[in-house]
Amino acid sequence: MSSSSPTDRRLGIVGAGKMGTTVARAAMSAGYDVAVSGSGPPERIALIVDVLAPGARAVTTDEVVGSAGIIVLAVPMHRFRELPRDIFAGNILVDAMNYWEDIDGVDKELATAPLGTSVVVQQRFSSARVVKSLNHLGYYDFEESRRPAGLAGRIAIAAAGDDRAAVAAVLQLIDRLGFDAVDAGRLEAGLALQPDGPVFGVRHAAGELSELLWAEASSA
Amino acid sequence: MVNAVNPQDIEFGLDTFVYASVDGSGRAVDGDVVIRNTIEEAVLADTVGIDSFNIAEHYRPEMMDSAGHVMLAAIAGRTERIRLGTAVTVLSTQDPVRVYTNFATLDAVSNGRAQLIVGRGSLTESFPLFGFDLADYEELFEEKLDLLTRLLRDQPVTWSGTFRPPLTNQYLSPPLPEGHVPTWVGVGGSPQSVIRAARYGLPLMLAVIGGPARRFAPLVDLYKRALVAYGHAPLPIGMHSHGFVARTDEEAVAIQWPYWAEVFEGAAAERGWARPTMERFQAEIADGSLYLGSPETVANKIAAVIRQLGLSRFDWAYATGRVPHEQRMATIELYGREVIPRVRALLAEPSPEPAFSSAPATANLGAASVQQ
Repeated sequence: MSSSSPTDRRLGIVGAGKMGTTVARAAMSAGYDVAVSGSGPPERIALIVDVLAPGARAVTTDEVVGSAGIIVLAVPMHRFRELPRDIFAGNILVDAMNYWEDIDGVDKELATAPLGTSVVVQQRFSSARVVKSLNHLGYYDFEESRRPAGLAGRIAIAAAGDDRAAVAAVLQLIDRLGFDAVDAGRLEAGLALQPDGPVFGVRHAAGELSELLWAEASSA
Repeated sequence: MVNAVNPQDIEFGLDTFVYASVDGSGRAVDGDVVIRNTIEEAVLADTVGIDSFNIAEHYRPEMMDSAGHVMLAAIAGRTERIRLGTAVTVLSTQDPVRVYTNFATLDAVSNGRAQLIVGRGSLTESFPLFGFDLADYEELFEEKLDLLTRLLRDQPVTWSGTFRPPLTNQYLSPPLPEGHVPTWVGVGGSPQSVIRAARYGLPLMLAVIGGPARRFAPLVDLYKRALVAYGHAPLPIGMHSHGFVARTDEEAVAIQWPYWAEVFEGAAAERGWARPTMERFQAEIADGSLYLGSPETVANKIAAVIRQLGLSRFDWAYATGRVPHEQRMATIELYGREVIPRVRALLAEPSPEPAFSSAPATANLGAASVQQ
């Protein structure tokens, strides 16, 4: 792991729903400076952030983007196209979204994305360094499963991305949030992390998670 | 937290999806029979002292609850006391004017016993069926909740919105006495939905359909603080979860497991969820959202969650899946005659546990322990 300079512990989160506030809470307890935005003005989510992630700051999305190198995108998937294309230019963008027809409605591009929905997100935000992660555990499993490194029963979260430095940064984030980190490979390997994929929604230790992802990659 | 609600005043409801059931020999029961069976279940619920009977809304082959208000009217004619409601009315895909006329009429038929829970529901087949786009969910719900609360609270109504024609100085019949058709907002964990319920000054119904209820404690806190921020007095908080009660824990597991597994196998295939396992079933019983077992087991678990979250209402979705009518009747009888009185007795005792903190739950992950 690289050194922990203070600037390493800043995290931006776009989305103040179940997952956004859960990640914010985890990052706060891992010592991060956390900025969160929702749709609309910051006042709209101020109480939510104050109660569900005390210490995190409710700000505009522009301010979130300016506050940290790593931004977690945790909005309902049918809303991501409402964000400007270049808003995340140069940022590491953790795509924590999942496409659910039951929530997002029918979206042909997302439903049929042959290389996974994160590739669609990368095409949309072409100037961002997209890493798919934090999406394959439910927010409640995420909350309850966080453990310090080395503790028995620690489970794993995977990250997939084409920008290897970005992936390395997200792997470090995952570890600090309380999970073993597994490198899933290129962004299109994120397909295996989606709903209906082999690892979605189930708690796995790092070894198991790696094996399942490896088996998926080999059979593809 | 001291539970401020008098145990005698807590509402114990039953919720049903009117599952197409099987009979004792495993054969499918016709849908019309399922509907009449459900009316008998509600009549029994009234007899054994259950406070409310609430019907869901779906448009699916395995559920017969597409027009619950018609069933509720039939139940009203055969009962005197039990409150009659929905769990939940999918308000986003209904016309609030029609919801008002249906439930104001039900309120008259039942002599003031109608109630509603409005929300999204976890299944969304009503959107394509009625020609709505799920992507408009937020806007639909907001607009329709606005109109419904106005119709319930303050007629005549002059109103305009995006999804239906405007109303000008509109009175709807039948008129409602003030405060009638209490309307709760059902939420599944979304903080914005909690804030919305507080903004409208409507009571909150938490749908806990997986995992421990304690994860909703931060949302309870959020709701209370939002009520203060919007200038409303404290309002009731309720909760909905599934379960089954039988004479013994073992019997309850044996009866419910195959039907529960069948429902979640369907959800796994359709929605990409993890497949059900006995391990997960047992975990939901031990420390999750299933209130299942002997009357004593179930009563203890309900009393604990009522204390933990400070609830005024507990709705129990009895018997998940195709459980036969006879076993549904048996579980209703045990719930009304044994579980509810036992929960009230437990709640009348001093709290067995230290005061519950409603601060956000955080894993025990001290900063020092994660230094690299």
